[in-house]
Amino acid sequence: MTWDWDVAKDFLPELLDGLLITLQATALGSVLAFALGLVWAMALRSPTRFVRWPVGVFVEFIRNTPLLVQLFFFYWVLPTWDIKFSALTTGVVALGLHYSTYIAEVYRAGIDGVPVGQWEAATALSLPRGRTWFMVILPQAIRRVVPALGNYVIAMLKDSPMIALIGVTDMLQNARSEGATSFQYIEPYTMVGIAFILISYPASLLMRALERRLGH
Amino acid sequence: MTAGLWEHWLLPGIWITIQLTLYSALFATAVAFGIGILRTSRLWIVRFLTGCYVEIFRGTSALVLMFWLFFVMPLGFEMQLVPMWAAVLALGLTYGAYGSEIVRGALAAVAPAQREAAIALSFTPAQRMRRVILPQAIPEMIPPFNNLLIELLKATALVSAVSVADITFAAQLSRLATGESLEIYSIILGLYFVLAFILTRLMRLLERKAKANIGQAPPKSGLVTRKLSAQQETAQSSGTVVSGGAQ
Repeated sequence: MTWDWDVAKDFLPELLDGLLITLQATALGSVLAFALGLVWAMALRSPTRFVRWPVGVFVEFIRNTPLLVQLFFFYWVLPTWDIKFSALTTGVVALGLHYSTYIAEVYRAGIDGVPVGQWEAATALSLPRGRTWFMVILPQAIRRVVPALGNYVIAMLKDSPMIALIGVTDMLQNARSEGATSFQYIEPYTMVGIAFILISYPASLLMRALERRLGH
Repeated sequence: MTAGLWEHWLLPGIWITIQLTLYSALFATAVAFGIGILRTSRLWIVRFLTGCYVEIFRGTSALVLMFWLFFVMPLGFEMQLVPMWAAVLALGLTYGAYGSEIVRGALAAVAPAQREAAIALSFTPAQRMRRVILPQAIPEMIPPFNNLLIELLKATALVSAVSVADITFAAQLSRLATGESLEIYSIILGLYFVLAFILTRLMRLLERKAKANIGQAPPKSGLVTRKLSAQQETAQSSGTVVSGGAQ
């Protein structure tokens, strides 16, 4: 193995550019996933089965099919319906939608963990439905699942290189184009791999610490 | 889609995806049990090295690892792997690292009295593991392994990026040939869902068998995804966190 520091130094600016895109996609994707996940979680608790069943089937379907294929679906099918996004936006939508189905399950677990007495108290005080959800239940439910949510953000970060395959210039895509133009494969790919470990390992330690603090 | 595309690309693609899932799952299971058991070792150096393995392979992205094995191995170590095996290696190493956390957790969850009883009966450490600990730990591992297996199935779609002709690769070719993206990708998504459903059913069967062996009944559960309690969800997602998705 011949490691060339000059190549590594040349690639560093591109790596950082790519890192910015990677983080951007993960951050935007997480926001979308948190919001959509809440929609699914609340719809799955709807009193009528005409809402629960279709949403349930949709969520199961998204969760049990590969993100990569969903990404290609959005990238190639949406333009035929005259919905045109940039590659990055498509990537964010796909990441956000895919992970929202996992996040919905996390919220559901959190909501189930809120004692029944809280619901009853809200009813006894005749709080309207909206206030019961947003002022009573969700603040308690979300607090206990913060570490789990964080872990899904880390998971999304590690899935984000998939958007390179629809041409978003993230870290992996920059490594691929560096390899294609200069035939230097060793340094770029190794650096991208190490960059992921350097971000996700401290992040997972943080989540573990958070879990202990919020813990039981 | 034309009959030719079905016959020459999609059907062989389905077979490749099944093979990939099977081989990577077997490899990942071997890695998971090996590393998971070694992590309970009494020697700190063994625990440290296996801990490093788990953190490195859980920390990096499966797709990046796959590209690394595909492009860097031949140049750096002069080892050219057949794309299919590079893919199995990447998936097996990554999901083996996730799986080892499941194994470790299940081993730790066996009641300490069981271990003590085995020591009192002067079982050797190997006998203790094989006769007492594992038979009780394995049924506990099956539900999280089921989730991981679905993640693995979904992750096999990544191999199309290193030109292994799986279902996703066949879809790309068909799209280039016919341009019917909506039709093709809908079929492909449906196929993956059916595969995931079949795998879940098989794992449920396995769970029922394993639980029956130690005199327990399996809990009732939903159509595909197993519902978890808040505590389990947190424990599981932090323990086994997700690469190609979650759990």
